Amino acid sequence: MKMTLFAAASSLALSAATLAQAGPQAEVLHWWTSGGEAKSVAVLQEEFAANGGTWTDMPVAGGGGDAAMTALRARVLSGNAPTAVQLKGPAIQEWYEEGVLADISSVAEAEGWDKVLPASIAAHMKCEGQWCAAPVNVHRVDWLWANASVLEANGIAMPTSWEEFNAAADKLQAAGIIPLAHGGQAWQDATVFEVVALGILGAEDFQKAFVELDQDVLTGDKMVAVFDQMRKMRGYVDANFPGRDWNLATAMVMNGEAAFQIMGDWAKGEFLAAGKAPGEDFLCASAPGNGFLYNVDSFAMFDVDGSDKQEGQSLLAKLIVGQNFQKVFNLNKGSIPARTDVAMDEFDSCAHLSASEMTSSSKDGSLLPSYAHGMALRGAQSGAITDVVTAHFNSDMSSADAVKMLSEAVANSL
Amino acid sequence: MVTWFENQIPKVVLAPSFVALLIFVYGFIGWTAWVSLTRSRLLPKYDLHGTIQYKKLFSSPRWDTAMENLLVFGVLFIVISMCLGLLLAILLDQKIRVEGALRTIYLYPMALSMIVTGTAWKWIMNPGLGIEAMVRSWGFESFSFDWVINPDMAIYAIVIAGVWQASGFVMALFLAGLRSVDGEIIKAAQVDGIPNWRIYSAIILPSMAPIFLSAFIVLAHLAIKSFDLVIALTGGGPGYATDLPATYMYAMAFSRGDLGQAASSAMVMMGVVFAIVVPYLYSELRAKHD
Repeated sequence: MKMTLFAAASSLALSAATLAQAGPQAEVLHWWTSGGEAKSVAVLQEEFAANGGTWTDMPVAGGGGDAAMTALRARVLSGNAPTAVQLKGPAIQEWYEEGVLADISSVAEAEGWDKVLPASIAAHMKCEGQWCAAPVNVHRVDWLWANASVLEANGIAMPTSWEEFNAAADKLQAAGIIPLAHGGQAWQDATVFEVVALGILGAEDFQKAFVELDQDVLTGDKMVAVFDQMRKMRGYVDANFPGRDWNLATAMVMNGEAAFQIMGDWAKGEFLAAGKAPGEDFLCASAPGNGFLYNVDSFAMFDVDGSDKQEGQSLLAKLIVGQNFQKVFNLNKGSIPARTDVAMDEFDSCAHLSASEMTSSSKDGSLLPSYAHGMALRGAQSGAITDVVTAHFNSDMSSADAVKMLSEAVANSL
Repeated sequence: MVTWFENQIPKVVLAPSFVALLIFVYGFIGWTAWVSLTRSRLLPKYDLHGTIQYKKLFSSPRWDTAMENLLVFGVLFIVISMCLGLLLAILLDQKIRVEGALRTIYLYPMALSMIVTGTAWKWIMNPGLGIEAMVRSWGFESFSFDWVINPDMAIYAIVIAGVWQASGFVMALFLAGLRSVDGEIIKAAQVDGIPNWRIYSAIILPSMAPIFLSAFIVLAHLAIKSFDLVIALTGGGPGYATDLPATYMYAMAFSRGDLGQAASSAMVMMGVVFAIVVPYLYSELRAKHD
């Protein structure tokens, strides 16, 4: 039923496109359908129309993009790919290997993307040296969010090491406050895991473990220490956590039920939407450890026929990385611009921190892709790691067993 | 001419659905079998690589958990639903008042979608909201019912919801079976002074053997294809403690972009279904020939 509706919708879209031949055309597949996200993508739509283009919107909601990927697969297999698709991380390269992505190097070079994007983020947008995607934003994943008044009442400062975090959490637990707000969903377990791993392994070993899948690091003593810390984190979570959505966990921090949450900066949107002020009602700090885990949304450009569509693709790519869209979109979405030369005046203090640390970590090589959000590894490998992380977090498995299972799961998924 | 046409009508009418069945069931089973022998990731590829996907599948601890869960869930779900359904049917068969209304009440859960059942039971069994919180608020502070968040017990929580949904339906099947037993035999037995429980165990139940078989087949395939109940109740969690083969296959095909792995798990699932259905079909067909 869904598929027939979808087929009908796309054939309608097709006939509409043939009717209105003039001007650049773009059909954009994305899953930004919730309130703030939809508003953000409407900005791009308006800008595209203002430049004479015809935008065909193709939002596919549901399943955190799973539904959209299924729709994309059907479109590509039938030889009728959309102009641009919301894709990120290694998935871009995976689609490139299927031979269906377009080369947008001419736009990228004319606009000087290489100069304004951090090198490690630019690398995600290139397929064998040629540009094939345009970055939209940078979400930082390794944030520690806290309720300011709870911390003050218990005489706790934002922790800067995991020892400090544990000490603070023990104190809070004794005071009857849930130290860590967490939702027991596999991706949230993985998020906490990778933030802990960054703090304990350090940037260099994080890169080796979760980008290069180096078996020595995956089975090393420090990885055992990571799982030990995860076991501690499990003790700081309340009993009702399984299946809880991340925004409900954020609400627990907001109303003082819990003190901390480890979550990407989309959590900031929840705080702001509830009328909380950064620095006063809630605190944001980079989680203990040196580094910056990014989750970059981007649009991959697919091979399309016809000069009007190709024109639309170039225009779209230019606008996405353009100053105006990068600013307006990210103000709406809570993330920061991918390009480093956007004026940050209108952004809040958390975004300022994020932007300055992105620049500094880009220089010292600790600007790293988030494994939990599909930036570092392909689906099969990151999924295999997540299976182990969530199995360990939700049982009484020992750290040594977890490390052994981790190395086997990774080897098995290759 | 007319008779020839009349003879051919059944074939002509059946042909389209036969062709559709051939393509969309057996054709796609063949396609899935082929893909399960390749290294397909995001999109299907057709170069054969032997049984690599099956090797991966059988060395994956998550798949082991899924198969164990299927066994636990399948056995408990079928046995408990059948026992409970039979008990309800026998009780309803005692010529009680308002039988029609009671029968409808017991049958109603079957009218609900598994998603609704799963969501409702998720809340009922949530320790912070449901039964545990309620009993504790009555003053029994040490009462604990946290199956749904306990990785070792969560699969049993799913059994509870599944049994609640299916036992009314099984009851209806058995009730029809009880009613179809020849009343004369029962009256004869009563005249001979045979106690009621003997009438049931020696006369009625043995004559209901085909009903038991149908109930078993219906419940078995419900158990094997269970997907929505798990998704709604636990989302496969905590961790992947309540994964079933169907949720494993979905995760591989649609979240992880690993079509080959998903296809191989689908083939194994089909094998499990065949292992149950083929003996049944065989016995049915043989019975007709005799």
